[in-house]
Amino acid sequence: MDSYEFMLYLGVMAGVTYLVRVIPFVLVKNKIENKYIKSFLGYIPYAVLAAMTIPGVFYSTRYFLSALCGFVTAVVLAYFGKSLITVALSASVMVFLSGIVIDCF
Amino acid sequence: MIKEGIRDGIPIGLGYFSVSFSFGILAVSGGFEWWEALLISMANLTSAGQYAGITVMAAAGGLVEMAVSQFVINLRYALMSLSLSQRADKKFKGIYRLILGFGITDEIFAVAMNTGKEIKRSYFFGLIIVPYIGWAMGTLAGAVCGNILSSVICDALGIALYGMFIAIIVPAAKKNKAVLFVVAVSVALSCMLYYIPVFDRISSGFAIIICAVIASALGAALFPGREAD
Repeated sequence: MDSYEFMLYLGVMAGVTYLVRVIPFVLVKNKIENKYIKSFLGYIPYAVLAAMTIPGVFYSTRYFLSALCGFVTAVVLAYFGKSLITVALSASVMVFLSGIVIDCF
Repeated sequence: MIKEGIRDGIPIGLGYFSVSFSFGILAVSGGFEWWEALLISMANLTSAGQYAGITVMAAAGGLVEMAVSQFVINLRYALMSLSLSQRADKKFKGIYRLILGFGITDEIFAVAMNTGKEIKRSYFFGLIIVPYIGWAMGTLAGAVCGNILSSVICDALGIALYGMFIAIIVPAAKKNKAVLFVVAVSVALSCMLYYIPVFDRISSGFAIIICAVIASALGAALFPGREAD
């Protein structure tokens, strides 16, 4: 990908993201009343994140097994309400450690 | 007010640094230059959207695919932006909304709404500063270190972004059965598209869109009004 192509992608990406954020902020004065639309919009973030995480997370590291260890660690800590940073870094540490163990075999 | 905003923004900024560090590493390992990763972060300020964005670019997907995936993934910001518009004070309007609206993210939105009163433009401006710097600098550090750090460490930090996604999904799904249902449907669809050979031709960017739209629509049809329980 050359710089021109990159800038084109970046422009579209940043432009759409900016407009999605700003248009309702500037234009909408009233609350959305339709409960189906409200619900749809409310569920979107979770559905997006879920689809991005699984199965992608299992192939994000050198070994499937160490990714699995990191994933389980993250799910357990998140379940018990640990903060964003704690969950993210603990998953990393677990991938690091399990990766070293796997390397030994 | 701007000081209060900055103060409230510090923890978000620290979190963003570590997560964008992971993004920087992912971008560089995906073939991007360090300055490209940095520009993406400075121009977008969003985790999931950027991640999907580099996926589309790396796969040389179309510009329409890029636009649609960013639109769908970041649609939640439209919802937050709507809620914010109801809470912004009288002076927070026009050009200020045009400029500061750029800084709407999940965490900044949550903190701003959490103050429990009308949101002043000076407070919101202060709130954005540290997270923005943290996001940009973390990306830069990750992108540069991605070339220096041993692959074992990069490998481990690469999962941090997913860790953050999990930290958002799991507590919400635990609290709300409707969210749990939507997440389960989305995961099932995502695995189907990934593992069943017939769907090989669907790019990962569109796969995310398909999963998210079907799962959320199903959720809205079966459990309307339950998204914020």
